[in-house]
Amino acid sequence: MRVLADQVYLLARRSVVRTARQPANVIAPLVFPMLLLAVNSGGLKAETRLPGFPTNSFFAFALAVPFMQGALFATMNAGTDLARDIQTGFLNRLSLTPMRSIALLAGQLGGVVTMGIVQAAVYLSVGLIIGVRLASGPAGVLAIFALAILVSLGFGALGSFAALRTGSGEAVQSLFPAFFVFLFLSSMNIPRNLIEATWFRDVATLNPVSYLIEGFRSLIIIGWDGQALALAFGIAAAITVIALVLSSWALRVRMART
Amino acid sequence: MRTLAVARAVAWRTLHNVFTNPSLFIPSLLFPLFFFTAFAGGLSRVREVPGFDYSQGYTAFQFVFVLLQSAAFGGVFTGFGIARDFESGFARRLLLAAPNRTGIVLGYAAAALGRWLATATILTVIALAVGMHVGGNGVDLFGLYTLAALLNIAAVFWAAGVAMRLRTMQAGPVMQFPVFLVLFFAPVYVPLTLLSGWIHAVAVVNPVTRVVEAGRGFLAGSPTEVAAAFAAAVLLAAAFAVWALRGLRNAEAAGA
Repeated sequence: MRVLADQVYLLARRSVVRTARQPANVIAPLVFPMLLLAVNSGGLKAETRLPGFPTNSFFAFALAVPFMQGALFATMNAGTDLARDIQTGFLNRLSLTPMRSIALLAGQLGGVVTMGIVQAAVYLSVGLIIGVRLASGPAGVLAIFALAILVSLGFGALGSFAALRTGSGEAVQSLFPAFFVFLFLSSMNIPRNLIEATWFRDVATLNPVSYLIEGFRSLIIIGWDGQALALAFGIAAAITVIALVLSSWALRVRMART
Repeated sequence: MRTLAVARAVAWRTLHNVFTNPSLFIPSLLFPLFFFTAFAGGLSRVREVPGFDYSQGYTAFQFVFVLLQSAAFGGVFTGFGIARDFESGFARRLLLAAPNRTGIVLGYAAAALGRWLATATILTVIALAVGMHVGGNGVDLFGLYTLAALLNIAAVFWAAGVAMRLRTMQAGPVMQFPVFLVLFFAPVYVPLTLLSGWIHAVAVVNPVTRVVEAGRGFLAGSPTEVAAAFAAAVLLAAAFAVWALRGLRNAEAAGA
């Protein structure tokens, strides 16, 4: 057990250090979501005048979105890094060592989760500095971090699965627009009950990303909404479990190939 | 005459590459369609915000922005191709072979325009198919598409200037990010009058705001800020033409 923990620690540290050494991988997940938040909260502020809009601060309403965008970046970074390990032969060399394959996955995802925590801290700090007050109180901070960690883990595992299946960084990068579609066809900019176009409301209702955003959002603007939180944590947990099972299987196949 | 011959050859090659390679054409087509779907479909209730007075509805309101965005990004995507030509060494051979190198920049610009025209046609057909209202007459619509074409040319000159200075595909974000910012600091979701705070202050001085507002006026059949919009678009195109040509000289001096 101790040996496994050491292996996971070493690989997680490598994952974090490698990310930290590539400024684009650190800056983009921090700056891009904040920029989009600024643009959207400025441009869509008038939306708060719609009857039934749940808050009078669009910034507070939209603050949930960066947490999901951060998760998308986590997917891309985790997948691209792992794909590079495959392309450069690092994984092959690793398979010759006593390193257990589960340690590889756990270490990789440990790095992703660390970045997820840093991102969540930055997004939340910016929100608090701008003047957002969490309706769920100080305990809500813990719930936001817990959900952010679970979402980072799930999406990071999805990125790892893509990398292990394709073995190509370009293929992983090409998933970004697909994930972006999920984000935009959700309730990111307007509550689902205020979406007028039936087909769009149906798509947003079927889209799991809507529930993840609504989980974060409920803690920020509503308080402790049991249903929203159960759906968000449930869906995040389901994505995590499915992605981890798929990644473990893909890793076994990949290691067998090598 | 030699300039035109070079421009024609570069434009033909670029367009041939784009239209025969789905991985190059499809993203530049899908992105505006996706934004049109997400904005016009998801945010249509925004037209009920007090003070929103665009007569043709929210689909038409968003169509103009997405059309202009597709024009700008058509130029940026062409810039990616220029960077790829430099990275692969093709541009070096092109510089050696072209009797007049200004034609190279003009050729890329013509290709960006041709590429965007295909995107704009598909986008317009889809917008009309989903019931977009058009209040403007033929002259108004000509004004709208001319403004978009000028924005396309300004964007390709900007991207070409960057590509010819940096000569690497890694310059992609440098080409894309400022264009993205300038577009989204215009009144994207609501008219300028409904913006408030810092975004209103930025939008007022943003030249693309004039283009977006005039474009929406053309589509509604009630032209507004036409002179300011055309002046802004022409000035942007002219300034970035100088930027692109100086970039070409920079590439020549560096031996590409």
